[in-house]
Amino acid sequence: MSLWEYANPVKFLALSARVQPVAWAAALTGIVVGLGWGFFGTPDDFRQGSTVKIIYIHVPAAWIAINAWIMMLIASLIWLVRRHHVSALAARAAAPVGLVMTVIGLLTGAIWGQPMWGTWWAWDPRLTSFLILFLFYLGYIALWEAIEDPDTAADLTSVLCLVGSVFALMSRYAVLFWSQGLHQGASLSLDKEENISDVFWIPLVISIAGFTLLFIALVLYRTGTEISLRRARALAVRLDKEL
Amino acid sequence: MMPDLGKYSIYVLGAYGATLFLMAGLVLLTLRRGRAARAALKRIEEETARNGKG
Repeated sequence: MSLWEYANPVKFLALSARVQPVAWAAALTGIVVGLGWGFFGTPDDFRQGSTVKIIYIHVPAAWIAINAWIMMLIASLIWLVRRHHVSALAARAAAPVGLVMTVIGLLTGAIWGQPMWGTWWAWDPRLTSFLILFLFYLGYIALWEAIEDPDTAADLTSVLCLVGSVFALMSRYAVLFWSQGLHQGASLSLDKEENISDVFWIPLVISIAGFTLLFIALVLYRTGTEISLRRARALAVRLDKEL
Repeated sequence: MMPDLGKYSIYVLGAYGATLFLMAGLVLLTLRRGRAARAALKRIEEETARNGKG
């Protein structure tokens, strides 16, 4: 069996139908447990007070915002190299999810920043690259909508995705090579000394898992939608009708 | 039982409220668009079969 089998829409939809119920149920469980535990079951931080509870939504949203773009990059490269329509449609399907997660990351970051830094916004390297990532998401979605021919749209959005990847990676790694800025370093690290305390870490990891599973469930469902729309448009052309 | 969020309650509740609102909106719009697309495909497949162009 090869992974490329799932470039066939029928096989992709069959796999998606099997995975989706599990992904939706696990996502709901992860989000309810992670956010519920974080909000109701963890103490205040000695410096940040109750605002530390924002970590359970801010970090998972930022994680998905960056990794959604990385997933779109991989799907776009597959489209450019192998011309599999499902991969281009999966990249298109992921973009609105990534956009909403970027908005949540920016919004919760601003709400957290105001009481802790005394400002809603700072032109910090990580915040700025994240804002640029948001603009790339908007541009990517607009480009798909603006071009009528789906293959041309897939080509141009794939190139845009390659360019935007610089900012997705910068959002993740800016703190490592720019020491200035208000934003703290990574909340999660393989180095135990750098990691946040276990009392915050466990619900945070559950919340990240819940958000990740929600992303998977949404992208599978939305890719199915894009495949349906593509087939419907092709049939409409054959019937000489407007969809 | 609601935890005591102290002087930061408006920030914490605002962040959670905005997040849950945006995520619920994303899921609902995704499902609505998906149902509409699948229904449109079904309609046009039936029409194609009737016209013998499938």
